[in-house]
Amino acid sequence: MTLKRPEPVQVIKQRRDAALSGLLSGVPYIGYLGITFDRRGDELTAILPFDEKLIGNPSIPALHGGVTAAFLEVAAIIELAWGTLWDAMESGQTDTSAATAPIRLPKTIDFTVDYLRAGLPRDAYARARINRSGRRYASVHVEAWQDNRARLFAQGTGHFLMPQPPGSPAE
Amino acid sequence: MTDLIRIARQFIEAIPHARALGMQFESLGDGKAAISMPYDPRFVGDPTTGVIHGGAVSALMDTASGAAVMCHPTAPASTATLDLRIDYFRAATPGQAILARAECYHVTRSVAFVRVTATDADESRPVAAATGAFTLDRHKGATP
Repeated sequence: MTLKRPEPVQVIKQRRDAALSGLLSGVPYIGYLGITFDRRGDELTAILPFDEKLIGNPSIPALHGGVTAAFLEVAAIIELAWGTLWDAMESGQTDTSAATAPIRLPKTIDFTVDYLRAGLPRDAYARARINRSGRRYASVHVEAWQDNRARLFAQGTGHFLMPQPPGSPAE
Repeated sequence: MTDLIRIARQFIEAIPHARALGMQFESLGDGKAAISMPYDPRFVGDPTTGVIHGGAVSALMDTASGAAVMCHPTAPASTATLDLRIDYFRAATPGQAILARAECYHVTRSVAFVRVTATDADESRPVAAATGAFTLDRHKGATP
């Protein structure tokens, strides 16, 4: 018996990055807002690069509250979908390179946003934490900051309906 | 009334993100605002169905809510969202515009409370609803 050689790191990275970009590129609104994701292992950080069209109050100026809400919601949905995709990918179930089957995303049931301070006209970051992930429902908390990780400008909590695996009777 | 519509148009023109999403005032006054957003494939959240992303609906409801606060009879100087809780009832029908109707139903000296509903062409079945609390800045010297 010979030990199975681990895959080269580059191959693993490419597969994971391709899976993530496949997930993101399918959603036009993510591209419209300009949201990207930084990946370290399975940890994601959502990045919202500043753009003039994201302004809600030009006199301060500050990010639009709706943009902040959308940014947090996107971070939460992608975190959930990524978790599912990651598990499938790492157990070798999904051929993520093919990216043929459209990825089914969780549906938002409700989402609550706390606006802690004005969003400044600069890049924003968000990280989501899945507090509970059941077969049908999930609860996710998201924190968003700009210059200082400890100084959040917004946080959000949402409940989501998870996509059911194909062929399950619940659907 | 025409004055109010002009102010309303300027309100949206002054908000880059409202302009970017193509928002339009339908009505405004007495603590109530209705704003519509046309269907746009760029705002799609689920490519398999073509349904608009919840975030775009949130942005519309947030804008309508802010407008409702600003046109409250107590005439606030400015406002900002403190919190917004959004409930999603169903997917908006692809191809249809979304209309948000917001009502600022209570104000204190420094906080305004708003409820808002979003509908597509089938107005009997709302797409989403939200309630929010907004900061309220009074003009100097205004009586509370």
